[in-house]
Amino acid sequence: MSNRFDAYDADRPLMLRCACGQDHAPGEHDAAAASAQELSHSFMEASLVKALFPVDSVRRSFLRAVGANTARAAIASVFPMGALQAMAQDRGPLEKKDLKIGFIAITCASPLIMADPLGFYKKEGLHVQLNKTAGWALIRDKMINKEHDASHFLSPMPLAMTMGLGSNQVNMNVASIQNTNGQAITLHVKHKNNRDPKNWKGFKFAIPFEYSMHNFLLRYYLAENGLNPDTDVQLRVVPPPEMVANLRAGNIDGFLGPDPFNQRAVYDEVGFIHILSKDIWDGHPCCAFGVSDEFIQKNPNTFAALYRAVLGASFMASQPKDRDLIAKVIAPTQYLNQPEAVLQQVLTGKFADGLGNIKNVPDRANFDPVPWQSMAVWMLTQMKRWGYVKGDVNYRQIAEKVFLLTEAKKQMSLAGFKPPEGAYKKFKVMGKEFDPAKPEDYVKSFAINKL
Amino acid sequence: MKSLNLKAGLVSLLIFLAFLGIWYTATLPSPGTPVASTAGLSAEQIEYQKMMGKDPGSTKTTGFPTLGQMGAAIWKQVSNPLYDNGPNDKGILIQLGHSLARVGLGFLLACAVAVPLGFVIGMSPLLRRAFDPFIQVLKPISPLAWMPLALYTIKDSSISGIFVIFICSVWPMLINTAFGVSAVKREWLNVASTLEVSPLRKAFLVILPAAAPTIFTGMRISMGIAWLVIVAAEMLVGGTGIGYFVWNEWNNLSLTNVIFAILVIGIVGMLLDLSFAQLQKMVTYVE
Repeated sequence: MSNRFDAYDADRPLMLRCACGQDHAPGEHDAAAASAQELSHSFMEASLVKALFPVDSVRRSFLRAVGANTARAAIASVFPMGALQAMAQDRGPLEKKDLKIGFIAITCASPLIMADPLGFYKKEGLHVQLNKTAGWALIRDKMINKEHDASHFLSPMPLAMTMGLGSNQVNMNVASIQNTNGQAITLHVKHKNNRDPKNWKGFKFAIPFEYSMHNFLLRYYLAENGLNPDTDVQLRVVPPPEMVANLRAGNIDGFLGPDPFNQRAVYDEVGFIHILSKDIWDGHPCCAFGVSDEFIQKNPNTFAALYRAVLGASFMASQPKDRDLIAKVIAPTQYLNQPEAVLQQVLTGKFADGLGNIKNVPDRANFDPVPWQSMAVWMLTQMKRWGYVKGDVNYRQIAEKVFLLTEAKKQMSLAGFKPPEGAYKKFKVMGKEFDPAKPEDYVKSFAINKL
Repeated sequence: MKSLNLKAGLVSLLIFLAFLGIWYTATLPSPGTPVASTAGLSAEQIEYQKMMGKDPGSTKTTGFPTLGQMGAAIWKQVSNPLYDNGPNDKGILIQLGHSLARVGLGFLLACAVAVPLGFVIGMSPLLRRAFDPFIQVLKPISPLAWMPLALYTIKDSSISGIFVIFICSVWPMLINTAFGVSAVKREWLNVASTLEVSPLRKAFLVILPAAAPTIFTGMRISMGIAWLVIVAAEMLVGGTGIGYFVWNEWNNLSLTNVIFAILVIGIVGMLLDLSFAQLQKMVTYVE
């Protein structure tokens, strides 16, 4: 059977009417078609091409000029076609059932991890092996090497990888945000009486990775307090577990790191929680769940199933009532390998701050999976601000390509959750409003930067 | 001789007991710290103590372990060495098995390359000089420096681990083989020439037996290095193995288990070395 909606045929007009010539929906004949799935794929592609080239003569001359394959590749590089197609056909047969997912042993990965013991993956027919990975650079490398099918990421990492910063250029996607908030600035106990950041000149801080919200938030916080993070303090990349050990040794003065290590520093009586990252930007994203473009294209149904599992876990984690259970199931050696008491304090938000007080902050760690593209734009502004990217940045294009918001919304509604409205949610960081429509003005508005 | 052995054994035991004694006294709770008691504390202070893991009745396992905690940890690991709770939590013997398999594979690869190449280099002064600068430059490179390069090019973490063992253990064997081969007594070679032995026979029947003790010395050094390297490589790559075990327990800041792993690494390393010493003895002959 010939393809009725071949969007890449330069010799024929692109008809989105039914090919039988009648003016009814193209799906009418699907029951008779040899492969209904193929048909719906090409229909979706055709609609997309139609949207890109509303004037058919332009489409045809474009195709004649560059050839069908180039055109297909060019369009696929901008739109995750596989993902769109996966969305179109709700639940198809799984292309791949055994998956390897990488994670770093921190509470940010809670939804990804708890989905295993609580059976979210199994429910979707997936056999997932969760691989504890030794560091962020290795997470990056194992995704590039395709040792892992999907991974826990720091949310700026897929942006950096897609732009080819700090690695080969590989198209990565943020399918959902793993967690919001959940970080803190922890200082050594000897700084108990030195809480004003203006006096922190010469301090040594640890961050887990350069392309991390930790780095951007700490830099933001220091700069807002008049310190230049590149010249007034030292920022070192240190894996989270070693942050506590380095703090104990007095090798660093503090860190902006992931939990449970902030609470662990308190538990081990070497540090205290100066502020929660929530106090810098309430609702900031931190880690993400991501896959490569290639994985989505090859395994659209598996991707959709995986997506549903992770979204389900995220929604469960976002409700305070189950936090005790979550702390219990992710504490064993196989997952986080941490004392349950520490995890409980992190997740429930009722915690000892290391200064003798019990704080009660229920949203200390939260789990809101929506990959707002405005958040991606903010990360890009900070990369620009601190010199990680030079020259012009096409903020919107990169954000929309990497943060799969449309897919997230679609999967949410399929899974029975209410998807949010809009794409560019506005928010405030340390009281200053961020307008995602004017990223360049935002970058230039800071007194301390590296432009 | 026998009495000397006995005396040495006794002194060893004394040193060990002294070491345990120091450990015991160093980890005694200092008299200044009050025993966790709830007397005179407000409800909030009690809750705070609980959050800090100082719940009366529960033991907090952070900081340097006492001898008792250490013994308990060792017993716990040794009594159940083959459990398997999924990809990130396996018994100590399974972890050791993974590490030994990697070391074995990398080491065999290194043997397969180093011994023949060392032979060729040892027989030809020209090649020896030509290879020398490369060997000198590559020999001192740390395994951790090779790792990123291996991961980047090989694109597979377990093969990268094996490659790193290979690249680090190949040099001592190569150098020792070359040295052993080039140091074969001239008289023996002359005898071989006089008898018009074919080059292949000469290599296998004259040079190889003569150089064998030196070659095995090289292998012994290489095995030591390979065992040294595996822990570092597995800490970096994660997944399985004794190095991963150390890293995972470090993640948990559990010094007790880290010390246990160090002990195991040391003992296994010693056993490997002893077995190579035995092999070396078997090929050594007295003139």
